[in-house]
Amino acid sequence: MNHIDISSCLRQTLACDLYSNLVTRPTGAAVRGQIERLLSESHERALTVIDFSHVSMMDFSCADEVIAKLLIRYVSDEAPQDAYFIFRGVTEDHRDAIETVLERHGLALALELGDGVEVMGVLSDAERRVWDASYRLGRAPASDVANQIDADPEHALRVLDALCRRRLMMRIDDEYVVVGTARG
Amino acid sequence: MTTVITVPPSLDDHSFEQVLEQVAPLPADAKILVDARHARWASPYGLTALLTLAQTRTERPAFAVPEQEETASYWARAAFFHHAEALYDLHGTYPKRRDLADSGTLLDITPITKSEDVHNVVGRVQERAQSIIKNELKLESKAIMGFAMTLSEVCQNIIEHAGQGGWVAVQSYKWTKRLGRRVVVIAVCDAGLGFRRSLEMTPGHVPSARWDDASALEEAVIRGVSRFRDRGRGQGLAGARNYVGRWNGKLAVRSGTARISIVPAWDDDVPLVEGLAPFPGAQVQVIIPEALAGGSER
Repeated sequence: MNHIDISSCLRQTLACDLYSNLVTRPTGAAVRGQIERLLSESHERALTVIDFSHVSMMDFSCADEVIAKLLIRYVSDEAPQDAYFIFRGVTEDHRDAIETVLERHGLALALELGDGVEVMGVLSDAERRVWDASYRLGRAPASDVANQIDADPEHALRVLDALCRRRLMMRIDDEYVVVGTARG
Repeated sequence: MTTVITVPPSLDDHSFEQVLEQVAPLPADAKILVDARHARWASPYGLTALLTLAQTRTERPAFAVPEQEETASYWARAAFFHHAEALYDLHGTYPKRRDLADSGTLLDITPITKSEDVHNVVGRVQERAQSIIKNELKLESKAIMGFAMTLSEVCQNIIEHAGQGGWVAVQSYKWTKRLGRRVVVIAVCDAGLGFRRSLEMTPGHVPSARWDDASALEEAVIRGVSRFRDRGRGQGLAGARNYVGRWNGKLAVRSGTARISIVPAWDDDVPLVEGLAPFPGAQVQVIIPEALAGGSER
């Protein structure tokens, strides 16, 4: 598993290291460039912790550049690699900007909390039910998820695959696991 | 011939219109003297707008400084004369900034020309804003981060859309005249492209039958439209609008001949004013008031 400290990326981006704020669009674009460079050095399939622990504040423009554009690239069919993300150190101070940009683009991300993982952003009701069931089950085949929510297995499979495309779940052999709950 | 432009005794976003009405009939190269001798008070908007006014003139204007010592001293501490020296021929006496104590304002008048300036401004304001918003405005701590985000976004508006630099100032004061409570005010002014011209640069832009400064402001401020095709654009002013709505504040954006405002219950301003005297660029003001005891406004 990779670990990317956003404040380190920020320091490498700015000419001076006095500021720990993720503000302005050019700064966000430069930080995302750093993240993508580090990702390109990792394995074809990788889970990466994006760590905001040392970031004081983030504005909407920067959240759009760092988070939304990163996710848009890696959920697309032309993603450069099979990358998954878990976001760490996101505080109440960051939430407003992150939720706003996720909503704007219809995106979602996995957020590491002290006692588990949460999905932040836009999920359909079906995606939410399947994700919740998978989170409770841990690594499991689609049939177990279907049983858990009393759904048609084909439907559960479709939703699980959609969640994998959205980088919220990983498929390992014939089983599925919520990103951030197993180091698969 | 020099035309004298009289600055009203109390200079804020509304009374600055009197200044613009005097300037509007004059060609940009006409010689003017901006007479602030009788000015007694100016809001951050008033001070930044005066600097912006000078930037719209092709003939270097003259400026008569306030006669009242206290006023001149305050303007000096807010860095007005420091910047005005480069834009106006100043007449009258005023204290040098280096001889004065710290202004105590959240942010003295500061030029914004590049992204690094926004980092600098946000970094400088953050610590002082924390204390003022929590202790003086008595708002929840959630309001602090939103304030810095709003400041950042309105400053970026200059860099992204003005095509030239602008000015920002942030002050906290008791707004006795209109509200009787403390407020924190952000003023951001530039003499750049303005919203209408900026949106006209959108690829494939087709102006509607009623396309003017007012409709451009409605597009940008209310509907979050940006000249960039990128879906993520236009969130900055939308974020500022949400922030003032949440904390019972006011957002006013003037551009060209129109002003649009998000008007809280405590203010009697109108949401959209058209047919104002023309003024290049964009001028933004954010006002966040002290919370009422018991939070009865929200």
